Amino acid sequence: MTDRTLVALDVNGQRYEVAAPPHHTLLEVLREECGLTGTKHGCELGECGACTVLIDGAPVYSCLTLALESQGHEITTVEGLATGNELHPLQTAFAEEGAAQCGYCTPGILLAAKALLDRNPRPDRAQMAEAISGNLCRCTGYTAIYEAIDRAAAAARSK
Amino acid sequence: MLRLPRFDFATPTTAAEAAALLADPNAMAVAGGTDVYPKMKRRQFVPRTLVSLRRVVDGNISNGDGVRIGAGATLTAIAEHALLREQYRALADAASVISTPQLRNMGTLGGNLCLDTRCNWYDQSLFWRKAEGYCMKTHAEVVCRVAPSSARCLAVASADTVPALIALGATATIANVSGSRQVDIVELYREDGINYLGLARGDIVTEVRLPPARGWRSAYLKLRERGAFDFPIAGVAAAVRREGAEVVAARVAITALGSSPKRVDAASEALIGTRLEDEAIERAAEAVFAAARPMDNTSGTIAERKRAARVLTARTLRSLRE
Repeated sequence: MTDRTLVALDVNGQRYEVAAPPHHTLLEVLREECGLTGTKHGCELGECGACTVLIDGAPVYSCLTLALESQGHEITTVEGLATGNELHPLQTAFAEEGAAQCGYCTPGILLAAKALLDRNPRPDRAQMAEAISGNLCRCTGYTAIYEAIDRAAAAARSK
Repeated sequence: MLRLPRFDFATPTTAAEAAALLADPNAMAVAGGTDVYPKMKRRQFVPRTLVSLRRVVDGNISNGDGVRIGAGATLTAIAEHALLREQYRALADAASVISTPQLRNMGTLGGNLCLDTRCNWYDQSLFWRKAEGYCMKTHAEVVCRVAPSSARCLAVASADTVPALIALGATATIANVSGSRQVDIVELYREDGINYLGLARGDIVTEVRLPPARGWRSAYLKLRERGAFDFPIAGVAAAVRREGAEVVAARVAITALGSSPKRVDAASEALIGTRLEDEAIERAAEAVFAAARPMDNTSGTIAERKRAARVLTARTLRSLRE
């Protein structure tokens, strides 16, 4: 067993070539080797959603994904949502609706919501609830989050 | 951080190569990893070698004479597949109520078929289990903590897709170093929380085959604590084939109510020759109630889960009326 191995990850359109322990998860490598700490570690067992990232556009738990197995795929983290200084419509809507309190679940929920809106620009409440059912928020409750997703969807449609 | 223990990661490309690697008792297969990795983090599994099946099994879903599903198909692919939703609803329903969208994007059908059994005394951190003195499932010298006089481990079968596949009359293809064989899904399981799979070392589930669905209707319902994340604490699948109004064939299967998923033949017999009248459904539900043998080792009480078995059976069957 070697200590480290070369891992090449395509994150937010940028190539990261890092030396990482082969048994480390995508969550660990994103945070510890790539310096992308926007992805949060919560339960680390697939029971909270804080570590959600997109792989080829689909939300997954990075705490249960090996970095090694993520090579060759397009990874999107919360750092990839904004364009320069311009926030993603979801980020703006979350700020405007007060859809974050402690904010720890927010990066994961933003990505789950992005995956939803990319597939379905006009989701109803039930579809939103289903889309973020793998993400727990322990402080705001979900109403403000649904309203923010609604607002972002409307903003994207009016563009 | 809750880190994985160290392991060697093998990425074979053929079933024979994977089977040869899995002949090592310290090797373990991994597909989506949604059950293997949490269990490794809690040190319930500490394999020296992990054998990835990603390049070994495919995830294709194709139909010809029935449907063939590669064991690598994600639960999302199954839940969203138009033909499965229309003609094999029990399976699409079951896949769609597993855990969460993220987990369904990762987890595979083969992984769900081989899902480890669960128990309150087993699915805990190493710290917790060590403090409590472990249990029979990981330490043969320790008694079963659920029922100390039990000769076997009572951990619970918890896969949602399995009862659906049993109700649909599915078979699994098992590959090993010497070739492959077809097995009736129900034959894959044993009423034993430790040796819960009837697979030999090096056996790999490569695909599932569903017979033609003409005339059949099916459904699956589960009880869980929350509307997401949770494993079933009772699950019932049913399939019926009718000619006119009359039921001419039926299969009812349950999960999370014992150490193996079960086909409840007494429930099927209660339905054949009927028109799914309330009385027939009630008799089938009673048969499922009698067959359900939950223990006090997961969420919900024994009485609640037995009652849920009866209620879910009745609801599932009522949903199959035209």
